[in-house]
Amino acid sequence: MQRRLFKTTGSRYALNFVAVLITFVALTLVSRFDLMNRYTLDILVQIGFNIILAVSLNLAAGFLGQLPLGHAGFMSVGAYAAALFSKGVDLPVALEFPLAVLVGALTAFVFGVIIGLPALRLHGDYLAIITLGFSEIIRVVIQNLEFTGGAMGLRSIPKYSDVPWTLFWVIVTIFLINNLIRSRHGRAILSIREDEIASEASGISTTYYKVVAFAISAAFAGVAGALYAHYLRILDPAQFGFTKSAEILVMVVLGGMGSLIGSVISASVLTLLPELLRGFSEYRMIVYALVLILVMIFKPSGLFGRYDFSLGGTIDSFFAGIRKKLLGKGKEGR
Amino acid sequence: MTVLLQLINGVQVGAIYALVALGYSMVYGIIKLINFAHGDIIMVGAYVVWFLMARLLFPAWAAVILAIAFCACLGMAIEKIAYKPLRNSPRISLLITAIGISFLLQNLAQVIFTANPRMFTNVFPGSIRLGGSTLSVATLVTIVVSVLLMAGLSFLVNRTKIGRAMRAVSEDKATAELMGINVNNTISFTFALGSGLAAVAAVLYCCSYSQINPTMGSMLGLKAFVAAVLGGIGSIPGAMVGGFIIGIAESFTKGYISSKLADAVVFGILILVLLIKPVGILGRGKREKV
Amino acid sequence: MKRIAIVFLALLLLVPAAMAEDTIKVGVIAPETGNVAVYGIAARDGVKLYIDQFNAQGGVNGKPVELIIYDDKGDPVEAMNAYNKLVYDDEVAAIIGPVTSSPTFGVAEASVEDNMPCLTATATHPDVTTYGDNFFRVCFEDPFQGGTMARFAAAELGAKTAAIIYNTADAYSTGLKDAFTEAAAEAGLEIVATEGYATSDVDFKAQLTNIAGTNPDVLFVPDYYNTAYMICSQARELGVEATFLGVDGADGVLSIEGADTSVFEGMYFANHYSADDTGELVTSFRAAFEEAYGETPNSFAALGYDAAKILCQALIEVDNAGVEIGPDSYQEVIDALQATDLEGVTGHIIFDEDGNPVKDLTIIEIKDGAYTFYSKY
Repeated sequence: MQRRLFKTTGSRYALNFVAVLITFVALTLVSRFDLMNRYTLDILVQIGFNIILAVSLNLAAGFLGQLPLGHAGFMSVGAYAAALFSKGVDLPVALEFPLAVLVGALTAFVFGVIIGLPALRLHGDYLAIITLGFSEIIRVVIQNLEFTGGAMGLRSIPKYSDVPWTLFWVIVTIFLINNLIRSRHGRAILSIREDEIASEASGISTTYYKVVAFAISAAFAGVAGALYAHYLRILDPAQFGFTKSAEILVMVVLGGMGSLIGSVISASVLTLLPELLRGFSEYRMIVYALVLILVMIFKPSGLFGRYDFSLGGTIDSFFAGIRKKLLGKGKEGR
Repeated sequence: MTVLLQLINGVQVGAIYALVALGYSMVYGIIKLINFAHGDIIMVGAYVVWFLMARLLFPAWAAVILAIAFCACLGMAIEKIAYKPLRNSPRISLLITAIGISFLLQNLAQVIFTANPRMFTNVFPGSIRLGGSTLSVATLVTIVVSVLLMAGLSFLVNRTKIGRAMRAVSEDKATAELMGINVNNTISFTFALGSGLAAVAAVLYCCSYSQINPTMGSMLGLKAFVAAVLGGIGSIPGAMVGGFIIGIAESFTKGYISSKLADAVVFGILILVLLIKPVGILGRGKREKV
Repeated sequence: MKRIAIVFLALLLLVPAAMAEDTIKVGVIAPETGNVAVYGIAARDGVKLYIDQFNAQGGVNGKPVELIIYDDKGDPVEAMNAYNKLVYDDEVAAIIGPVTSSPTFGVAEASVEDNMPCLTATATHPDVTTYGDNFFRVCFEDPFQGGTMARFAAAELGAKTAAIIYNTADAYSTGLKDAFTEAAAEAGLEIVATEGYATSDVDFKAQLTNIAGTNPDVLFVPDYYNTAYMICSQARELGVEATFLGVDGADGVLSIEGADTSVFEGMYFANHYSADDTGELVTSFRAAFEEAYGETPNSFAALGYDAAKILCQALIEVDNAGVEIGPDSYQEVIDALQATDLEGVTGHIIFDEDGNPVKDLTIIEIKDGAYTFYSKY
């Protein structure tokens, strides 16, 4: 007989909520009372927006099974929209920043729909190339528009992205994407990944789901972009090129396409690593490239494959393990 | 007069795009992979020529031949090591591997040769007065060489035994194997050929633009890929037509509309083609098999 | 084996102890890798050269200056990390850098809050020093440079028409184009063509064909030397006969390996200093740099050298005033920097209230395949 503590969805929600709350309060306290220096805190913020980038790309690449190569394009759209918003309005921070992030997310969502509708008629390699093409066009246009600051980019963006805010958006992103995947719609998205023709035949509107998933992925890239803009305070359009898109892709692929925990861990590790390895920076990209190739050859599913983490499940199996051990010992004793 | 000059500029750039596009087209035709590393093989070719000529003081012809040989071997090696193990995996894995190879080549070059661009002495110096304007010899050589190579390649693919084998493998690997074609060797040969052409493109590129750097291949590769898609991927005349169209479109955009938008126009063309006629101008449509 | 490990461990423990022996920490942020590494390495080498000389002469009243150098790859995020690490982890007394524009803007905005004394050797954009009083620069600004070139072309070269070809995706190049255009209108120089290109472009023939059609007296090329080389050689190939006008980024055109430098003959460009200057400061700097790195110092190296010199003088002033130099002496260092008045390799340097240097610009002519000093302007 197996007893499980966290059998119901409600109990699991409660547990996750408590765990998230503890993390959130702990990190907020740490940043409020200067328990860590700003260098460490800023790295945490970067880990935060990289997690959002990786998780959102994973929705399109891992769960929908497409390969967009223009994630940096959506990030830049979100970053510019949010930065222009917060530079243009004058509201209390507690209102202005969430609104700015939402503006970034919405703009990126709209771009996601506009680009997704034509692009998603194509498959595989062609989709990869067309998204790459679109993101290059976005960059060129931003570089030549007047109100985006042209080649100079934007400056003097207020610095709002601190650890609590970033963590808040990370939690929102993971929560929403995780719930989307586990919903009825999510199953439709997964079925498209497994076999597009079969799912179309079963009455799933593949175009609708592909575009929606793609646009949601874009919207969260926009959230990350907004955090990035309000962290760095300057936007330089040249930063949002193919290299950036590829860096995000490396995070997703390394963590495992279709594993949220994989994306979270690999985004964190790949942000921390270069800081820990200052001085080896010359070789960093070589290592990235090798990792990408080796992972593809030896474990194409990424380090975590499609495994996903569940706190309730882990605690349950932990206790189950202990119980088994105790019971096992008891049997021997008898 | 300037229209004619802009046209010649466009044809010259287009000829280089066409040569590079051929490599994409052949590889795509045979293993259905967008070889992202193709642009970087051009970069490697350029550095090999530069190193042989500037550092080891080889004569130009020897450097060019060695660079072609080197790139052909590199192309084969990449296929054997990185692509072959993935031949039966999802296409997405293969594409990511190709991106990885591209990154690897770029960054290796950056560590070995530094990001500092290297200059290249023009192998074909001089220019011809043509009416009221000047036309460089390098431009003429580029156009002539690329047209000759494409004619040669057409002959190879359509009229020779190995060409037939390439087309057979591209059509259906399993059947080709049953017909006694050595599929592995044919694929290797295709990579060698495509990479060798990339080396030629590298030499022509260097003569015209006199400067090489580790990331030179990425934009060149992307635009050449656009050319391949435009012409119809998998088709040799298609690659030529696509290359010239992209080159001329780029040159005219820079000359008459706005140089800022040249890249946007190139990618805009790609998007339009993919949406209107995804098989390209000269490509053959294939029905999707269930 | 075990013994070696113990010795090694002991060494590890000893090294920081030895390092901690009363040094003054100064941070350097520069791109040592990546696309703009060329400039970063030159500036860094200039800084290192001065600090080595300075420490050999006894440092800040006996205390040596310890440089902590971080690579920013020309990426603003990396520059921000480097800045935070220098300020909060290494607790440096002042920072030299960054080198290129977008990292500099990011760091400049962040440094205002900390009131961190920063001194950029090379960022020429006018806005860099406007955020706060803590940010200084050693080089002159873009508007000054671009404007001077336009006035120079009209007055000294007697040019009537000018064409411009610039990088539309680059803040440096665009800023110079704007300044040149503005000053040209005042100086009576007619701009007959303005053409743009993108960062990764290598083919400028379409734009140059247009320019050739207008047959201008001068062609203004506001970009770094690698691009300038491609533009100038393609221009000559297409029959453009205009005199080339360059900017400080063009310094180094003659040392491009394997380049056919005859295309530059007769070119004029603005610069911070001339390596051929016969003044005592420049000749000894050049000799020391050549001995240390085996190459002629370009203007980035000269500016880096001057930046280090200015900062070290300021540190001495602060130390003389009896203030302990470290994380608590920011304001004192800023005040000392503001009061700078010294003779550098790149000219006599005093700062205006924004932290910009008040100094001359050198115009260099390329004559007989060599940089020749033309005039101060």
